[in-house]
Amino acid sequence: MGGLLTEAFLSSLFTGAIVAALPMLLAGLGEQMSEKAGVLNIGIEGMMLMGAYLGFFVAFKTESLWLGFLGGMAGGMLVAIIMAILCVRLGLNQIVIGIGLTLGVEGLTALLHHFQFSRTYPRLPAPERLNIPGLSDLPVIGPSLFGRHPIVYIALLAVAVMAILYRRTNLGMNLRAAGERPAALDVAGGNVLGIRIFAVLFTGAMAGLGGAYLANIGAGLFVPFMTGGAGFIGIVLAMLARGRPLWVLIGSLIFGAALSMTTALQVAGSNIPTDVIQMLPFAAVMLVLVLFGRRAKLPSALGAAYERGAR
Amino acid sequence: MTMEKDIHPAAAGQEANAADAAGPATERSAFQRLMTVTVGPIVAAFLLSAIILMLVGINPLTYYGYILERSLLSGLGLEQTATRMAPLLFLCASLIIAFRAGIWNLGTDGQFLLGAVASAAAAPLLVGVLPGWAVLLVGFALAAIVGAVWSIIPALLKAYQGVNEIITTLMMSFLGVLLASTLVKLAFRDPATTVPQTRTLPVEDRLPRLFDTTISSGLVWGLIAVLLVHLMMTRTSFGLRLRMVGANPVAATHAGLSVPLLTLATFGLSAGLAGLSGASEILGVAGNVPANWNPAYGLMVIPLVFLARFHGVGAIVLVFFYSALLIGSESAARRLGVPQNFTLVLVASLLICLGLGEYVDQHKRKKER
Repeated sequence: MGGLLTEAFLSSLFTGAIVAALPMLLAGLGEQMSEKAGVLNIGIEGMMLMGAYLGFFVAFKTESLWLGFLGGMAGGMLVAIIMAILCVRLGLNQIVIGIGLTLGVEGLTALLHHFQFSRTYPRLPAPERLNIPGLSDLPVIGPSLFGRHPIVYIALLAVAVMAILYRRTNLGMNLRAAGERPAALDVAGGNVLGIRIFAVLFTGAMAGLGGAYLANIGAGLFVPFMTGGAGFIGIVLAMLARGRPLWVLIGSLIFGAALSMTTALQVAGSNIPTDVIQMLPFAAVMLVLVLFGRRAKLPSALGAAYERGAR
Repeated sequence: MTMEKDIHPAAAGQEANAADAAGPATERSAFQRLMTVTVGPIVAAFLLSAIILMLVGINPLTYYGYILERSLLSGLGLEQTATRMAPLLFLCASLIIAFRAGIWNLGTDGQFLLGAVASAAAAPLLVGVLPGWAVLLVGFALAAIVGAVWSIIPALLKAYQGVNEIITTLMMSFLGVLLASTLVKLAFRDPATTVPQTRTLPVEDRLPRLFDTTISSGLVWGLIAVLLVHLMMTRTSFGLRLRMVGANPVAATHAGLSVPLLTLATFGLSAGLAGLSGASEILGVAGNVPANWNPAYGLMVIPLVFLARFHGVGAIVLVFFYSALLIGSESAARRLGVPQNFTLVLVASLLICLGLGEYVDQHKRKKER
């Protein structure tokens, strides 16, 4: 173990942490807005997977990663539109529809992938990087923190934007009202359904972007079922963050680090089966829920469809 | 996750139960309701899935026709369909308890697999040590215990901390699936095989077959499980207590019920039945667990239980058709080149159409009032 803490090892650890954390960060930020507005978005796993599929497909066909990201956002929003119509507009059970959408997208993307690529898994070329002058030349943390694909910085910027949005804008207030006391928002002249539909679509876009990052940058290819619960972890992040975007970032980095630690250990030669490594993020989530579950706070009208004049 | 207004699965089916209790409904409207909330969604789901089949260039009539012919119209297919019903029936029993008691147990996949691995690890070693019936009994008992143990963390978190069980059971399910695979590879691996899998229970030591057919008697136990659960939930005071917790936990507390204890009981029974489901597949049909095996029946059974309005007999009928669909589509995956994953699309369409049917039904009733 003496040679473990080399520069290359630490560098790959940081890099891995960020690559693993980013999809969860985007999903968590997206879910946070849905939950704030009172919609428990179990379909986020499906939105993410659709984003991964469409994001990869567009990037593969156009050979442009940026168009791929747009495709991913569109894919996530496509699923989100269905969710918005069924759960917000018609007020159907959010959990039943959420599970339905996740299962449906799992089946659909596997089917589409099968008929397009059969059993092959084509790869995208390695992504270009944006080196921040000066900082990216630092040893160890330089290339891993300041030499990433630009989308990483956009995601970090989104954390700040969301924090300001929730605290300082009318939209932020309306979102909170839609989740806590939808009837009060309605009486005050706000549009509860409109706000909630906006929140669900935003979740779709963010989850889709996260999925596209997972496929296009994280893996460089699309594999059916590839999100493997990352969207569900996003839900946990949003629950534990108690409405604060910064905590989603912190949480996702912790999970990302845990994931990349084991991957790095495996690369370094310890003999752990991949199943055990894949268990780690879920085990971490359970540990955090056991320790801090009581402190998680969710909006009071979460999960309840809003219907004007009902009780 | 302190939620003032919790979302309960029971609430989704509540409307239907309320309508049943609302008083004498005419024959005609009962028939109409059946069409809107059961038959309608099923037909719509098949149509929706047919569109997706056409999109990927498959003739839906050929596909559905093949499934029907393969699973219901051939003798062997029918026997396979009946055999496949066993694990699905145990899962239905598991979900009926959970949903009626207002608990979203979405972790049945993990509980199923760990139960399967437990029975597969123990049973082959006990052959010759114990009489045949005792081997099976121990296998089933172990599976039930292991399944129930896997739900302890979500159960305690839900009962005493109010942590939402949707997320915790899902997380434990992912963990359970991976743990099962790890156990097969590291702990219970059959040294005699090159491909990692558990030791195999000899065919003659598995659950006996029914009469002269290839149907496993697991089917009978599955049917008994569903019917017993149905009777327990609808005819006993314990079932009534669970349903009270499901309908309104606050009211149940005020009525003097120990909601945390009943919540723990619900988790234990539901997860235990999911474990039995895994054992029924291993001790009845497969005989061993290969590494990375995961049929993922758990979430797929949810729409059936909702379509049946948590009613045991309804669930049995639907499980029969769903089982036929599984057998047919597995064969179609080999013969027609349509991946098995298509059943996911069908199940998803079913869930969505089910929700829509419920919506249409509620609006019709509102108009009538």
